Amino acid sequence: MEFPSKVLLLGSGAIKIAEAAEFDYSGSQAIKALKEEGIKVVLVNPNIATIQTDPRLADKVYLLPVRSFFVEKVIEKERPDGILLGFGGQAALNCGVELYKRGVLAKYDVKVLGTPIEAIERASNRELFRKTMIEAGLPVPPSRAVSSLEEALEAAEELGYPLIMRVAYNLGGRGSSILFSEKDLRERVPKGLAQSMIRQVLLEKYLGKWKEIEYEVVRDCKGNVVVPVCLENVDPMGVHTGDSIVVGPSQTISNREYYAMREASIKAAGAVGIIGECNIQFALSPISEDFYVIEMNPRMSRSSALASKASGYPLAYIAAKLALGYTLPELINTVTGATTAAFEPSLDYVVVKIPRWDFSKFSKVDRRLCTQMKSVGEVMAIGRCFEEALQKAIRMLDIGKIGLVCNDEDKYTDPRELLERLKERDDEWIFLAARALELGVPVDVISEVTGVDRWFIYKIKNIVEMKKKLLKARGLSERELRELIREAKRLGFSDKQIAKCLGCSESEVRKFRKRLGVVPVVKKIDTLAAEWPAKANYLYVTYGGCVDDVDFGERSKVIVLGSSTFRIGVSVEFDWATVNAVWALRKHGVKEVIVVNCNPETVSTDWDIADKLYFEEVTLERVLDIYEKEKPHGVVVSMGGQTPNNIALKLYKNGVSVLGTSPVNIDEAEDRSKFSKILAELKIKQPPWIEASDLEQVLEFARKVGYPVVVRPSYVIGGAAMKTCYSEKELIKYLNEAAKISPEHPVVVSKFIEGAAEVEVDAVSDGEKVLVGAVIEHIEPAGVHSGDATMVIPPVTLSREAYTKILDYTLKICRRLKVRGPINIQFLVKNGEVYVIEANVRASRSMPFVSKSVSVNLAEEAVKVMLGNKLEIEGDIAVAKPKYYAVKYPQFSWMQLTGADPQLDVNMRSTGEVAARGRSLYEAFIKAWLASEPSKYPVKKVLIYSEDTATKELAKIVPPKIKVYLVDRNEGAFSKALVLLKRREVDVAIILGNGDKAYLLKRAAADYNVPLILHRDTAKMLLISLKLCKLH
Amino acid sequence: MKILQILSENFIYFLIVVEEGFVGLHAVLVLEDGSVFRGKGFGAVGEAIGEVVFTTGMVGYCESLTDPSYRGQILCFTYPLIGNYGVPSYSHVDYYKLPLFFESHQIHVTGVIVHEACKTPSHWASVKSFPEWLEEEGIPGIEGIDTRMLVQKLREHGVMMGILSVSEEEVNEAELYRKLCKAEKYSARRFVEEVSPKEPVFHEIEDSRGTVVVLDCGVKLSIVRCLLKRKFSVVRVPYYYQLHDIMEFKPCGIVVSNGPGNPVLYEETVSTIRDIIDEKLPILGICLGNQLIALALGASTFKLKYGHRGLNKPCVDLTTGKSYVTSQNHGYAVDAKSLKGTGLKVWFINADDKTIEGLRHEKLPVISVQFHPEASPGPLDTAWVFDLFAEMVVKYGVSK
Repeated sequence: MEFPSKVLLLGSGAIKIAEAAEFDYSGSQAIKALKEEGIKVVLVNPNIATIQTDPRLADKVYLLPVRSFFVEKVIEKERPDGILLGFGGQAALNCGVELYKRGVLAKYDVKVLGTPIEAIERASNRELFRKTMIEAGLPVPPSRAVSSLEEALEAAEELGYPLIMRVAYNLGGRGSSILFSEKDLRERVPKGLAQSMIRQVLLEKYLGKWKEIEYEVVRDCKGNVVVPVCLENVDPMGVHTGDSIVVGPSQTISNREYYAMREASIKAAGAVGIIGECNIQFALSPISEDFYVIEMNPRMSRSSALASKASGYPLAYIAAKLALGYTLPELINTVTGATTAAFEPSLDYVVVKIPRWDFSKFSKVDRRLCTQMKSVGEVMAIGRCFEEALQKAIRMLDIGKIGLVCNDEDKYTDPRELLERLKERDDEWIFLAARALELGVPVDVISEVTGVDRWFIYKIKNIVEMKKKLLKARGLSERELRELIREAKRLGFSDKQIAKCLGCSESEVRKFRKRLGVVPVVKKIDTLAAEWPAKANYLYVTYGGCVDDVDFGERSKVIVLGSSTFRIGVSVEFDWATVNAVWALRKHGVKEVIVVNCNPETVSTDWDIADKLYFEEVTLERVLDIYEKEKPHGVVVSMGGQTPNNIALKLYKNGVSVLGTSPVNIDEAEDRSKFSKILAELKIKQPPWIEASDLEQVLEFARKVGYPVVVRPSYVIGGAAMKTCYSEKELIKYLNEAAKISPEHPVVVSKFIEGAAEVEVDAVSDGEKVLVGAVIEHIEPAGVHSGDATMVIPPVTLSREAYTKILDYTLKICRRLKVRGPINIQFLVKNGEVYVIEANVRASRSMPFVSKSVSVNLAEEAVKVMLGNKLEIEGDIAVAKPKYYAVKYPQFSWMQLTGADPQLDVNMRSTGEVAARGRSLYEAFIKAWLASEPSKYPVKKVLIYSEDTATKELAKIVPPKIKVYLVDRNEGAFSKALVLLKRREVDVAIILGNGDKAYLLKRAAADYNVPLILHRDTAKMLLISLKLCKLH
Repeated sequence: MKILQILSENFIYFLIVVEEGFVGLHAVLVLEDGSVFRGKGFGAVGEAIGEVVFTTGMVGYCESLTDPSYRGQILCFTYPLIGNYGVPSYSHVDYYKLPLFFESHQIHVTGVIVHEACKTPSHWASVKSFPEWLEEEGIPGIEGIDTRMLVQKLREHGVMMGILSVSEEEVNEAELYRKLCKAEKYSARRFVEEVSPKEPVFHEIEDSRGTVVVLDCGVKLSIVRCLLKRKFSVVRVPYYYQLHDIMEFKPCGIVVSNGPGNPVLYEETVSTIRDIIDEKLPILGICLGNQLIALALGASTFKLKYGHRGLNKPCVDLTTGKSYVTSQNHGYAVDAKSLKGTGLKVWFINADDKTIEGLRHEKLPVISVQFHPEASPGPLDTAWVFDLFAEMVVKYGVSK
């Protein structure tokens, strides 16, 4: 076989809703598959937080926007022989199609590997896809593609309401919705057309409560096909699969249905001409064997990443091999190392995926689940029964629930109210369904209202029934209680849930059941249901078995806890840190590295990253279970962000050896009150603060220091529950909400220093010395969450004195907290004064950005220290020297979050980030900005609206060649601005302010995919950069 | 006592402790090597003895349990949740009056092992639950055991005889083990006698292209359906029918069906097949049929350690290099070393263990497959084998 010698791989860019870390996973697998063949890999991806952009993976990485303009430059320079388009989501696919259409691929003789462009078009263009399916004899729902409102009205006449509108050349269901009436159609079709790359939408018969079933198909160039995975959506059609609870394998469909749709999948993949991997969705009637083909993704997708993790079949790796020309029978099943890849995995477990939503961070957002994806992350749980997997998955979400039941459901007492909310279906539906069952609502009624198959509702009912039994358990004999607990554990109850029902503590339950031998076992995922021995150590923990599958052995072992679900504030950065920690541990002598994580999107949950992978909950109970079986040297808690950090102290108190900074010290930094005391002790300035447990204290403090004040409960992430209050009224209102969120911890209130610059330090310390990766300055002033701010390395406005002070404080804090590992400290700088606002004694969101920008791997340095090594630096503190300017820019997903108010404040709302380098600050900025969606270049027209004097100030610095629309509060100008946005006649919308008019303008920009700037300082930076930089 | 030694504590596995206060049926599975699995009973009260085998199919339990090839076996499902979509009615039939969801009109396995049997199924076609179905047909089932561990045991040790007891009282395990020791071994019993029809069975269609006689060793009805769909009338005849009995139906082709048990026990069928081959009638063998044809031409068979049972089995067509995912259920295979001089060539091999999955005669119109091209349960990828057979019939076997 003749392979290309150099291949260009396109990444997916920033993480946004519906385009997330799953593409880091699939891209990394593809790189691995290519490098095994000795092929050089060039990667284009501006997402600096990914693993795939690590020097360890690709041979060359370009942190550039995945746009044909930039990719062409890379092709010109690198001259690759082949290009892979199927591993970077829709962004990569669209870019590839554009490169092809512009003749770039032909000009430089770059061969598209895998599924050819014509096939991509057959799958992506809805009308063409439909035609292809009909020709292949496959059923498709009655529908019509339209390119204008008039055509849409005509089509509606013909098809009848309700209809579902789907946007051509898009993903994540972006812009698609259900149209119940002409009014809906008139409102939404124009938006959909605006969001389509080819100005086309499809109107389709709405298949309300039909089941949604997905198949993953793998096909080689000789036409060999396997269909490794079938996943069933618990939510019916009408809820985007990214927002559905998904179960694998399928549960409620018969052999005939399963194999009829599998057969259709094979025909569809053949008709389209897939070479590699694709995902096909079906709608299956709940009352007959009728089904329709709904759509196909001719590339790796979120579902395929999930399917890989669910089955153990490495879809992306195999797809990359097939793209090179291998055939299926030539490839090996890498799990067994002995059997062929031309097979379909047999599962002997159940997986449940649940999405994670972060609606509480967004004001005015529509929480209802629909055809447009809104979740920001997901988890996958594995069990031997559905109930076990479901309850595990709920805990993995890290939303404060200890399982499906035994949370705060007692607050609902009216079944009618529950049914009303179930009809609307929001992100909490499954909890409401459980409560409704508890209150006596029949299974059939809930199934009818939600469209969820009765089978799933029965399973929920089993959990509810078990809760009832546990509540009545008092008076049982020890043996009876033991058997009840054994059964509860089999149904996925946590010790916490059981404790709550029995009225005792979590640790008492643990002790009791361990004494009586009720302990879980470890099982393997092996793709063949134990028929062949597995080489891989892909594991889960279950109460549905009595024998462990693995030998725990006596080796030097370390457990690394992963990030659990992604959410706003915890994203691929922490996976980067986790994976780098694994690599570093192995490099520095640890024989066996064990990862515990449950996020199917990630690279760290790829079973060939660590020596053992526990696809498990990152909770105290489960980590202890694993710890007791494995008996490792220690546990790393500082790489996975807040979730593992939060259990550090509890693990420590349970006798777990935590590597790195002591959990006691971690707690001193996390608990804001303790931390503030330490700062005072170190004579480090901080904004005035108070720890208060009642309202009067807070109000008195605020009156003394003056408004605004920042209020925060202990243990926060992503700014959740944090707020700046500008008046007493606001403060009182907010405090009631905050108290509800975290009753165990008192509230800390501090003075908000307005107009201060925000600076961060990412460093590693061994308790004596400190290695600073970078001092980072934010473009936006304090008050904008650091996750939403534009970051710059090196700092640009910071004075020498302030810089020195920052380093001095960093050293003092590291020594006081005896930091042995990573730390991130945030500072405010105003009028030459430096204040410390917080310290996180763990890997930070900016760690990969810093590590890659200065070429010092902070994760590895941290691991070395954790293993007992000393930092090898001269002097007490050293700062890595950046060679160029690096800018990190946030990525928001406003469009997906219908109705949400786009704003920047102390709460984080961005879903991802990109970064770029440049010889000047402005070059780096403009590249970073362009790498975020939906920025575009060149910028010819700018719209500016503000509620203060910023409009005029900004107008002055707009480069002469750019047309400016200044919008003031005058009604006419405002309406005109709305029209301009809806027609997408501006290239950038700068909209500052939080009033009603600003809201409408911001929403219009978001809905119609117009690049949006929300802060005056970001706007300034952009306008100056546009003026000073020309991109060639 | 030896038995008590064998049934030592180390060998006892349970997930559900069945002791005082236990509500429901007691169930115990005892294996040849003395391991005891205690669980909960479902289905019928009673005892079952059989060869304990496992299938890795995740759907298709109705089709599997009614597959006559499972006669004499206790079937363990590796997928933990069985019965989810309930059990449809036997009277739910297709155009040819064949049941849509079953491969015969009764359950053929002697016992069932699952991790969890679904009591609350949900499917539009379901008329009863899985446990109800087993109870109606008198088949005992055990649930609540670590089936994965059982499968690993069978994988390492090879398939074993086992005894399954479901009762309302506690079970005497030593007594069960004694019974198991005395029981006839699976490989010695002529199970085909129990599943083959006593009289010819006719499946006539209009506009038939001719008659295919199925030498019925326990045929799956989907095989009949696949032939009917290709416009052949079908006559199923008893396994002991001889050439002259068969020729009375003027067949244009012969199918030697699947069926249970050890192929070397059916010499009369093998001899008939030899006669058919001499007659140069087009012939298709499926599963047991494949083994019998091989035996007829002088090859030999052997018992696989733990068989191939599942819906995900990879086979490669050696004539084209193409790979297929197939449905399989067999415990014996044709020995590749024995093919020399038989005129048979390997057609398909199993991509995992490289055993023979199909044979073709060099000159004669003889093809046979070890897997199930009729699927049901399982993938339909190799249904073209029936098309190939139909072509062969048209070429060689004009109705005589």
